Amino acid sequence: MVSSSLRILGLSKRYGDFVALAPTSLDVAKGEFLTLLGPSGSGKTTLLSLIAGLAHPDEGQILVDDADVTHSPAYARDIGVVFQNYALFPHMTVEDNIAFPLKMRKVSEAEARRRTMEALETVRLPHVAKRFPRELSGGQQQRIALARCIVYRPAIILMDEPLGALDKKLRDQMQLEIKRIHRELRTTIIYVTHDQEEAMTMSDRICLMNAGAIEQLGTPEDLYFRPRSVFVADFLGESNLLSATVRDVDAHGLDIALAAQAAPSRAVGNGAQFAAGEPIKVMVRPQNLQVATAGAGGLTGRLVDVMISGSLTRLYIAPEVAGLPQLVAAYPTRSGSAPHEIGQLVSLAWNPADAVAIRDDGGR
Amino acid sequence: MGAKQRALSQGRIWSWVAMGGPLGLLLVLFLVYPVGQLLLLSIHNDSGFTLAQYRQLFASSVYVDVLLITLKISLVTTLVCVVTGYPIAYLISVVGKERKATLLFWVLLSFWTSFLVRAFAWIVLLGRNGVINKLLLSLGIISSPANLLYNFGSVLVGMVNALLPLAVLTMLSVMENIDRNLPRAAATLGARPGMAFWKIYFPLSLPGVAAAGIMVFVTAIGFFIVPALLGGRRDTMITQLIIDQIQQTMNWGFAGAISVLLLFVVLIVFAAYDRLLGLSTMTGSAAARKPEPSRLSEPLAKVGDVLLTVLGTISDAIISLLPSRRRDRNPDQPGLGLQAFVWTMLLIISLPTVLMIPLSFGKGGLNWPPQGFTLHWYETVLASPVWTQAMLRSLMVGVGTGLLAMLIGTPAAFLLVRSDIPGKGAWLAFILSPIVVPRMIIAVGLFYVFANIGLVGSAFGLILGHTVVAVPYVVMTMMAVLRNYDTRLDHAASSLGARPFATLRHVTFPILGAGMMSSFLFAFATSFDELTIALFATGGLNATLPKQFWDEVTLQVSPVIAAVSTCLFIFMGLLIFTAERLRRRAAAR
Ligand SMILES: Nc1ncnc2c1ncn2[C@@H]1O[C@H](COP(=O)(O)OP(=O)(O)OP(=O)(O)O)[C@@H](O)[C@H]1O
Ligand SMILES: [Mg+2]
Repeated sequence: MVSSSLRILGLSKRYGDFVALAPTSLDVAKGEFLTLLGPSGSGKTTLLSLIAGLAHPDEGQILVDDADVTHSPAYARDIGVVFQNYALFPHMTVEDNIAFPLKMRKVSEAEARRRTMEALETVRLPHVAKRFPRELSGGQQQRIALARCIVYRPAIILMDEPLGALDKKLRDQMQLEIKRIHRELRTTIIYVTHDQEEAMTMSDRICLMNAGAIEQLGTPEDLYFRPRSVFVADFLGESNLLSATVRDVDAHGLDIALAAQAAPSRAVGNGAQFAAGEPIKVMVRPQNLQVATAGAGGLTGRLVDVMISGSLTRLYIAPEVAGLPQLVAAYPTRSGSAPHEIGQLVSLAWNPADAVAIRDDGGR
Repeated sequence: MGAKQRALSQGRIWSWVAMGGPLGLLLVLFLVYPVGQLLLLSIHNDSGFTLAQYRQLFASSVYVDVLLITLKISLVTTLVCVVTGYPIAYLISVVGKERKATLLFWVLLSFWTSFLVRAFAWIVLLGRNGVINKLLLSLGIISSPANLLYNFGSVLVGMVNALLPLAVLTMLSVMENIDRNLPRAAATLGARPGMAFWKIYFPLSLPGVAAAGIMVFVTAIGFFIVPALLGGRRDTMITQLIIDQIQQTMNWGFAGAISVLLLFVVLIVFAAYDRLLGLSTMTGSAAARKPEPSRLSEPLAKVGDVLLTVLGTISDAIISLLPSRRRDRNPDQPGLGLQAFVWTMLLIISLPTVLMIPLSFGKGGLNWPPQGFTLHWYETVLASPVWTQAMLRSLMVGVGTGLLAMLIGTPAAFLLVRSDIPGKGAWLAFILSPIVVPRMIIAVGLFYVFANIGLVGSAFGLILGHTVVAVPYVVMTMMAVLRNYDTRLDHAASSLGARPFATLRHVTFPILGAGMMSSFLFAFATSFDELTIALFATGGLNATLPKQFWDEVTLQVSPVIAAVSTCLFIFMGLLIFTAERLRRRAAAR
């Protein structure tokens, strides 16, 4: 199956004085599913438009399979785009929409019809061929946009928040569909979302963007378990971030002192180099924070609130020690689990392997 | 229960009557009745039913020839307006906010500059001692002044100048609603720029092209100012015949017969338009946002598709021949050629009126270049009671029309947007009919009715007549505003603790107020610039400004008129500027 690698070198884009994308480099392997994740305005769409050739970079290079396409026009790039609002042509039937890229490539009529039907089968909508886009539901339009993109087998597919407008259930279903199509076609896909859960479940790698630059690039596990910055820890999943100071660094991890608490404890690094005396943040995920009735030793705190959100029960705890933020602990909801009383004193503990040291960059 | 429901619906009906009644009454009394009377006069004389008028109409080829000339001028004008207006509207719809405001200002300025002023400017410009002849002489292209005036060419130039802004604005309203991602999507799917334009953008803009075409055509067919001022004997248009019949021989019956012919042609055009594209595409941008699948039959659509593909291929071939190596550089930057063309067109439609300004201060009459500096012409205008009274009268009638149109148009707009009154489409068509019926027919009909009830020469009669033609714009503007106005805002404001009056003052009025203000200005400007109805209804005395202008300009071409033109031009410029500021303030909310 056709599929290309993509290499981006020092690509940047300004609008007037505003830096929409700081010089950015990125490598995407053949057949990879890479997700661009980040808050609104972080430059995801900008990066995508540059790759697609819908906008022109101020500097930098774009290489597809090692060929420089930085200055080639969009129509010559063989890169498919699924737009956020679908961008289906309202004056053409579904069939004509899907056949459009084939016509542009001068594929014969019979062949075009065959491949159009095939693409419609792939997205499981063969019965809507004769309809106009506005006669379809949002989810169906979404799938047609997908079909129009895969029908000509572009070497790279870019998707800009393709599921943004769908409800939760349809979104889950479409996620599976996209994964399936990716498996079947093995096309390189760059996928934009600001839904972190979607990013975690779908991607080979995630590229987390912040303020026009890459914050961290890695596998979902990398980003979740070894965030390189407070921003990443905060953005991807819930986290407790405690200020601490490095006391010592050894081969297995770090000796640290939590602020305002003398008792030393241990943490593991996130891959960065730490030096003794350095102020850091320690991240503990809510599900790794163990709550016991007071007296078990370690950190103590008062229970502020309990929230049961379906499968998870969350406990909000205000530590007794000054200078620590409110913490959240989570565990799978069980019926008949021990009742918690608001205001009750509890003790908190965690496995040192679940405490990740992150350089304190002020939390940008 | 049943009785209660009846009472309820009766209450509803009364509220419908209260809101829509005044407008309905106005249109019945001063549109339907007068036009009906005129048409009746054409088949009725003292001795009863007769077709004599029509026999006379078709007895010789004179009138049919005039009709053919009218159609020819209108068709060519429409073609030129749509073809040259398209790139202008396109550019306006794609450029950034600030450049868009600039471009739009020039289009609007031209749109709102009186037809009279613009036609007069062309007389001066194309005259034997005008700018163009002087330019051609100095360049050595001609050796003696050419006759540029009073021929088909000068009529066409004047007509295009008059109607191009209308074409641009009509197409723009559709183009602004075309999703900019669609051509970009086409590009990613492999369409070169030419193909993306012809197969995606162009079909989507077609409803705007069609609407512009029909608007320009029906306006052109009822025109008399341009052919009368810029045309020769052989460029007479059909409305001029109606004027002659009334002003020279008071032959109501024959004027009625010509009106029927004119109306008939206009209705055929509309019917053809409806058959091909559906009239719904004209009323409101909702249709443009979701274009109906074309009603063209299958094989015709196929032919269209092939044609567009060919056009796309040709365009791309031409583009690939262009020497510019930067042609693919910035996909969002409109090409230099396009920009140059648009600015040239804008220059052509604005320049004549702008050139009027230095001439109005010159000592040497209307010859180019202007000589010396004098305020003499302005003093003449201000010292002449005829001019000052005309100005005052126009202001008064304009304000009266603005108020009346707003007063009866706004409730009707509420009725059409907010109520569940049955047959909304038909009501809307009725309210918009003053735009469709050629102005000349309304004017002559009104003159007949006014003459019978003694309203000729009165300001009140003029206000009524002007309101009939201005009120459709008020209703359309207010409908658009009301559609965008979210009633939940009122509720939100009162839930936030605003008393009713405070809600009105801080929420309702600022939002609706801008709409009402701009519809007032629109109605005012329509009246202020109105000549056709004023031509008859003023009855020779108590002229309005356009009437006075017309009387003067048909007598002689003098620098005094240049001075008046300049005043009008600047007045309109200020008015648009204010209206645009208001509109933007409203939009910024
Ligand atoms: N044409 C433009 N002109 C000026 N600024 C722009 C333009 N396009 C984008 N920007 C700015 O660049 C920044 C990045 O925009 P971009 O669309 O890439 O964000 P995003 O990450 O896609 O956000 P979202 O998740 O909201 O879609 C934003 O602050 C935006 O305001
Ligand atoms: Mg975006």
